[in-house]
Amino acid sequence: MKPINCIIEEVRSEAPLIRTFRLDRNFDPAPGQYVMVWIRGVDEIPMSFSGPDTITVQSVGEASAALFSLGRGSSVGLRGPLGNGFVLRGKRILLMGGGVGTAPLAFLGEQAKSASMKVASLLGFRCKEDLIFRDRFEALGDTIITTDDGSLGIHGRVASGLKELDLFEYDQIYLCGPEMMMWDIISRTAEHAKKTQACINRYFKCAAGICGSCCLDPDGLRVCVEGPVVMADRLLESEFGRYRRGPTGGKGPCKG
Amino acid sequence: MLSLSIHAGGLQLNNPILLAAGILGTTGASLCRAARAGAGGVVTKSVGSLPREGHPGPTIVHVDGGLLNAMGLPNPSYKDFQDEIDTARKGGVPVIASIFGSFAAEFAQIARSLKADAFELNLSCPHAEKYGSELGRYPDLVESVTGAVKAAADVPVWVKLTPNTADILELGLAAQRGGADAIVAINTLKAMAIDIETGYPILGNRFGGLSGSAIKPVAVRCVYELAGRLEIPVIGVGGVSTWEDAVEMIMAGASAVQVGTALLKGYGVFEEITTGLSRYLERKSLTLEELRGLAGRRRS
Repeated sequence: MKPINCIIEEVRSEAPLIRTFRLDRNFDPAPGQYVMVWIRGVDEIPMSFSGPDTITVQSVGEASAALFSLGRGSSVGLRGPLGNGFVLRGKRILLMGGGVGTAPLAFLGEQAKSASMKVASLLGFRCKEDLIFRDRFEALGDTIITTDDGSLGIHGRVASGLKELDLFEYDQIYLCGPEMMMWDIISRTAEHAKKTQACINRYFKCAAGICGSCCLDPDGLRVCVEGPVVMADRLLESEFGRYRRGPTGGKGPCKG
Repeated sequence: MLSLSIHAGGLQLNNPILLAAGILGTTGASLCRAARAGAGGVVTKSVGSLPREGHPGPTIVHVDGGLLNAMGLPNPSYKDFQDEIDTARKGGVPVIASIFGSFAAEFAQIARSLKADAFELNLSCPHAEKYGSELGRYPDLVESVTGAVKAAADVPVWVKLTPNTADILELGLAAQRGGADAIVAINTLKAMAIDIETGYPILGNRFGGLSGSAIKPVAVRCVYELAGRLEIPVIGVGGVSTWEDAVEMIMAGASAVQVGTALLKGYGVFEEITTGLSRYLERKSLTLEELRGLAGRRRS
């Protein structure tokens, strides 16, 4: 499809470097699906939905900085929704997220709650100021918060909140956040990998499953069309958490 | 099932349906996956002498009957690519390394340094400054680059041509004079698309290359012209997505066929095409050899 022109109807600041953009169109996405956002004259970047008509973006590079310069009434070109999102399963679910990665989980949790599922959340942030969507998660059910600097909740990484939970109580676990945070969780909770859905990130260029830049070793999983939500047991024996390819296709370290 | 194995362009292939350059060819694992899905051979993403990130996005646009792309030759450089080729070879089919450069010695250097089953010279990418068709539209450069790589490489050398020229046959003859083992035709047609809401060209690079069904008739004509005159095999590529398309391409004179944009439908396309081709040959009681160039032999 050609990019669809969308008007930004509202911009909300969620944290110092995180903003939510509400668009003039409901894409009816599944949480975990993404959209390619074309900031004209700059670049096209993948963004996760934080609601049916919202994307929540952290300013990390040139394209997201350009998006931050756009206000209400500005327009962007969008391709999507793309990829495979989260699938709701069971009666009792756990959301585990870090930073801006909590955005699709808030969206997922709201769908789960409307489907009468019981939702609990474990969320990690760098510090109190970086916290986003606290109200949305607390409205869903029990919410545990960790901060790296101890300014709120449990002092430590997301995984330090695991001791407060019994993962056997949950039918399905949903994970989204920085790669090393997700890897930390997945590798510590490997016995639950078969019921853990992780929304992961690779360098997308085409977002159509043909250029090959996002393929995951060792199976060549095309993350842009076969993900970005992948079952964690598939990630345990993959490149995930070990290395990732950048825009040249060369391997580099995982960050975050 | 009828055997589709052939010898083409200096390689023994289980079947004549190959993965085209630039499609799912960045990692050894994805190339391997194409091989296991039934490709008779796989061509890598083009690699050059220095790492390149490629053009800003959008890098693709879907248009009627095809796909427009301007990836911009992203690659980690040949120095960081041998591992991917080695992994790809575990798929059990020939791995053809697509390489690019801006002058003959640069191509030769890459060919000397990489180990692959064959090389495909990218003299045809239509959207990267100083590379691809910017050299490949000049017959003398096609000949000298081909000659330099032939002298440097101990494996077959295929030359991929651009259709963005008045006379593709002239380019094919030049590659043949340079010693090419096969011609690959065609690369994408230079094209563009504009966002009518704002007037911005959609591709980050403004221009790109058109692939997919829309260009198949152009590819069939180019293959027909080349195969009718050249002594070396022609490998047909451009808009092939079904077994019928492959039959048409082989009738035009192609010894083998590459598939690219059709991978949008997934890896199943290889088996669909080879199964259909095999059944067709059985039904017509023809061999691949008899099918090849049939259109050129039909008169009055």
